[in-house]
Amino acid sequence: VSFATVTDRGVDPLHASSIEDLLRELAPQVLASLLRRGSPFDAAEDAVQEALVAATRQWDRADLPRNPKGWLVTVARRRLTDELRSRRASRRREIDDAQRGPADVQLAPAADADARPAGDDTLTLLFLCCHPSLSQSSQLALTLRAVCGLSTGEIARAFFVPESTMGQRISRAKQHIRDSGPQFVLPDADEFDARLQVVLHALYLLFNEGYTTSAGTDLVRADLTVEAIRLARAVHRALPDDGEVQGLLALMILNDARRAARTSDDGSLVPLAEQDRGLWDSSAIEEGVALITDALTRRPLGPYQLQAAIAAVHVEAPSSDETDWPQIVGLYELLMRIAPNPMVTLNHAVAVAFARGPRAGLALLAPLDDDPRMATHHRLAAVRGHLLELAGDAAAAYEQYRLAARRTTSRPERHYLEARAARLKAQA
Amino acid sequence: MEHSMKYLMAIYGNDDVWNSQPPEAWQQIIKETDAHNASLFASGELLGAYGVADQTAAKKVRVVEGTRTVTDGPYIEAKEYLGSIYVVDCDSLDRALEIAAEMPSARFTDIEIRPLLHEGKPDV
Repeated sequence: VSFATVTDRGVDPLHASSIEDLLRELAPQVLASLLRRGSPFDAAEDAVQEALVAATRQWDRADLPRNPKGWLVTVARRRLTDELRSRRASRRREIDDAQRGPADVQLAPAADADARPAGDDTLTLLFLCCHPSLSQSSQLALTLRAVCGLSTGEIARAFFVPESTMGQRISRAKQHIRDSGPQFVLPDADEFDARLQVVLHALYLLFNEGYTTSAGTDLVRADLTVEAIRLARAVHRALPDDGEVQGLLALMILNDARRAARTSDDGSLVPLAEQDRGLWDSSAIEEGVALITDALTRRPLGPYQLQAAIAAVHVEAPSSDETDWPQIVGLYELLMRIAPNPMVTLNHAVAVAFARGPRAGLALLAPLDDDPRMATHHRLAAVRGHLLELAGDAAAAYEQYRLAARRTTSRPERHYLEARAARLKAQA
Repeated sequence: MEHSMKYLMAIYGNDDVWNSQPPEAWQQIIKETDAHNASLFASGELLGAYGVADQTAAKKVRVVEGTRTVTDGPYIEAKEYLGSIYVVDCDSLDRALEIAAEMPSARFTDIEIRPLLHEGKPDV
C-alpha cells in the first residue's frame, strides 16, 4: 500500500497501487457524500458496498473512470434511490404515509460536488461506527465495512466467524446507527474527547487483531493491521495537533516495523530479545520515531504516547543488550501514574528486571498475586518463569512456564511456553 | 486487554435432571431456548448451538497399540453427561456469563463456560 498517494483532498488514482486500494480509500468518501444528504445510514452503506462490488467487476486497471469517486457516488446513489423507492412502496402498502416527500437524494447536486478533506469524512464516519452504545466487536466490524470498504465475507474470515454471523452483527449495528438519530456530524465539543477515546481504542483493537495473529497463516488478518494504520493516518490528518492520535499512529507503525522478525519460519513466536533486528523495517522505524518525538512535545501526555515512546526505545537499540532499560523503567512509571493497570505493573517489573537484575523484578511481581485480575493470569506465570530463568532457578522457571502454558487461551503462546519449558528441561 | 473471545457453553445433566421437568415444562423450555438462540444469532454472537442425542447413542473410540476399540456411551459412573453445546463469540467473559444465565436450562442445571483457544499471539 502506498500511502504517498493519499493527499488531503483524496487520492490520486493514477498512483494508487491497485484498484482495491483505491476503492478502500474512496469508500468512506462515497458513503460520507450520501450521508451528508441525509440518507439513512444502513441503506446508504449497502448502496456503497454494491457500488464497490460493481467497480471491482467493471473497472480496468489500465482504463479507470476519469473520476472514480464521481463514478462510485453516481452508482451508489442510483442503488440507494432504488432501495428507498422500494422501501417507500412497501411501507405504503401498510400505512398511508402522506408526509413523506420525495427523497432528497433525487435532487442532489453533482456527484463530486463536495470537496472536503477526506480525513474529515473518515473521522466523522469513525465517530458513527465506533458509537459507544455498540459492542466492541460490532464497532470493529462496522468500521471495516463502512469505513474500509471490506465485504462482510472478508470481515467474517478475519474474525474467524461464519459469514452469516458477521452479517447479523453488521446489519444490527447499522440499524442501531440509523435509529440513533442524525447523523453526519462530529460530536459536540463537550463529548468530543470521550468519543475520540472510543474511536482510538477501536483502532488499537483492530491493529492488535491483525498484529497478534500468525503472519502468513491468514493474510486477511494482516490486512487488519494495514487498515488500522490507514485509519489512524486519516485521524491524524484530521486532528494533526492531537498528541494521543499521533502517539497511537506511532505505536502502530513502530510495532508493525518488527512484524517480519516476530515469527520464525515455522510460525512460532520469537521474543523481542531474540529477534533478528536486520528484519525490522528501518524506514517505518524512522517514521514512527519522528512521529513519537513530535507527539511527546504535546500535552497532556496519554497512554498511547507513552507506549509508543517505550516501543521507540526498544527499536532504537542496536541490540537487545544495548536497550536503554532505565529509560523504559521511567516511562513505565509514568504510565503507571496516568493509566494504572496490572498489565502495566507487570511490564514495569520486566523492565526493572533488565535494568537492575531479575530478583528486583521478581520482588515487584509479588503484589500481583493478590490482584484478582492477575493472580491466575497466564502472563504473570510466564513473566515469573522468564525472570526465574534469568535468575538461574531452572526448576522453578520450568514449573511457571508449564503453568502459564496451561492458562493461556492463545494456541501459539501455549506452543511457545511449552517450548521454553522443554528447553529448560533439556538443559537440566 | 479484553477483546472478543469464543466460548464453549456446555449444558450438563442426567436423567434425574431432565426428568425434573414435566413434559409441558419442556415444551416451554424448548420454545424459550429457540427464542434465545434466535436473539443471539440476530446479535451476531451465536456461532452454533446443538443439542446432543441421548447417551445411549454415544460411542467412545480409543486406539491401543494401533488397534481401534469402540465402546458404548460415557462411563456409567458419570454423574452428569453432556446435554447440549453452544459456541458463542462475544466481547467479554461478563457477556458470556450473561448469555449463559439467560438460558432457560440455567434454571435447573449447570452451564459450563470454557474460553476457546484462539490464534492470537502475545505482543513480543
